[in-house]
Amino acid sequence: MLDPYKIREDFPILKRKINNHPLIYFDNAATSQKPKQVIEVIKDFYENHNANVHRAVHTLSQEASELYEKAHEEVAKFINAKGMEEIVFVRGTTEAINLVAYAWGCHDLKKGDEVIVSLMEHHSNIVPWEILSKTRGFDLKYVEVNNDGTLNYEDFENKISNKTKIVCISHVSNVSGVVNDVKKIARVAHEYSALVLVDGAQSVPHLPINAKDLDMDFLAFSGHKMLGPTGIGVLYGKREILEEMEPFQGGGEMIREVSFNPVTRRCSISWNVLPWKFEAGTPNVCGGVGLMEAVKYLRRIGMENVKAHEKMLTEYAMQCMRECKKAKIYGPKDASVKCGIIPFGVDGLSSHDVALFLDHYGVMIRSGFHCAQPLHQIFKLKSSARISFYIYNTREEIDRFIEVLKEIEQV
Amino acid sequence: MVSIEDYVARIEETCGEERDFIVIFKYDKKEEAIAKILKKAKIEKSISAIIFELAFKDVSFRLYGTGKAIFRNLKDKGELQKVLIDLLL
Repeated sequence: MLDPYKIREDFPILKRKINNHPLIYFDNAATSQKPKQVIEVIKDFYENHNANVHRAVHTLSQEASELYEKAHEEVAKFINAKGMEEIVFVRGTTEAINLVAYAWGCHDLKKGDEVIVSLMEHHSNIVPWEILSKTRGFDLKYVEVNNDGTLNYEDFENKISNKTKIVCISHVSNVSGVVNDVKKIARVAHEYSALVLVDGAQSVPHLPINAKDLDMDFLAFSGHKMLGPTGIGVLYGKREILEEMEPFQGGGEMIREVSFNPVTRRCSISWNVLPWKFEAGTPNVCGGVGLMEAVKYLRRIGMENVKAHEKMLTEYAMQCMRECKKAKIYGPKDASVKCGIIPFGVDGLSSHDVALFLDHYGVMIRSGFHCAQPLHQIFKLKSSARISFYIYNTREEIDRFIEVLKEIEQV
Repeated sequence: MVSIEDYVARIEETCGEERDFIVIFKYDKKEEAIAKILKKAKIEKSISAIIFELAFKDVSFRLYGTGKAIFRNLKDKGELQKVLIDLLL
């Protein structure tokens, strides 16, 4: 098991007080806090190694390029990809999904095709497909969610067909914390020759991920939710699929050659090798280096330990919350199908009231729709409050949260 | 010339059927803003000086001791601004 008290020493922000109360950070599904190791590596990069990558022969550029490439290698190891050519750095999960939608979908989807998403998706895995369906003419099908918040696999198997070209699904719901069986979904999708894109924003930071074993074709995730800086994220894609795809954006870095033909008076262009073919322009070099340090930090702890710690916290919090009179947990009551996220409401109060009350006591939680409005509509919820855990959270923090929650119930 | 921008740092408009407005007062002006609001609005209920349930003209709202307020059932941001002008200026 990991030691959250020892881990907390690495997170300077956790020493802060908010409204004269010790900070309790339970909004980890939105973004994680950063350990000093990540903060220091970012500072060191700008103080000692900053230069553009893959462009110059000077020493600094070589150092920056090596660090940036090493960052891709570390991320590849972290999710057990075949190699760094399968790891494209992007701004975050949203950009990763948009990359697939535009670079793959714009060329491979047409009228008569179908794309499957689910009703538990974050807006970032709905909106790009809705936008694209209007120009490409394909049909978008939504897999239903059961009353307990789990995915309706029967409905998925009913909706998939030979027309389905891609299945886009969250690994872990950012609202309910439900863990979807993406290995099973990939197996079924591949029987119909459909691709599978997994939104791993809420799974990669919290669960051991083996991209080869899960057999997903694409996996999108964000660095800032896993101890890394904002503005850096990852699109994992199977090499053979990425090689077949057209580039997402054009510019420097992503080309091998741009040759002007004086006869046709046009340029012929050849693409760079993977993953650079999908990283047009000067990349977020420092973000990549920060993400590498975050990944190293998580590997030192061990992702099985991260998972076990969050499971313990989730079970404990759900057990304590059940003792509250007016607080109601939404979604599955069984913590074993979940991953570190608990949505809830308090009778007679809006989620924003609950969040503002907790904020008074230094407890940071999320309120609203969490960018997943369709799921709230299905459950007829005006909004929800959400707590979400990470490696530095403790049972004592949950005890304090429950104390405040009981006070809220008096309102 | 004093304006509501002197007191208000940000206004968040929530999504969904019930479009609440969350007003966040400037940190160094929040005590002054709270005092002005409490002077003008009627206190319906107060909980340990953390939350005040208030009524002002036809508008009900909640004010938090941390310097935030939630306004509900307002037509739009324009109506909110009128209420804030009446409360703060």
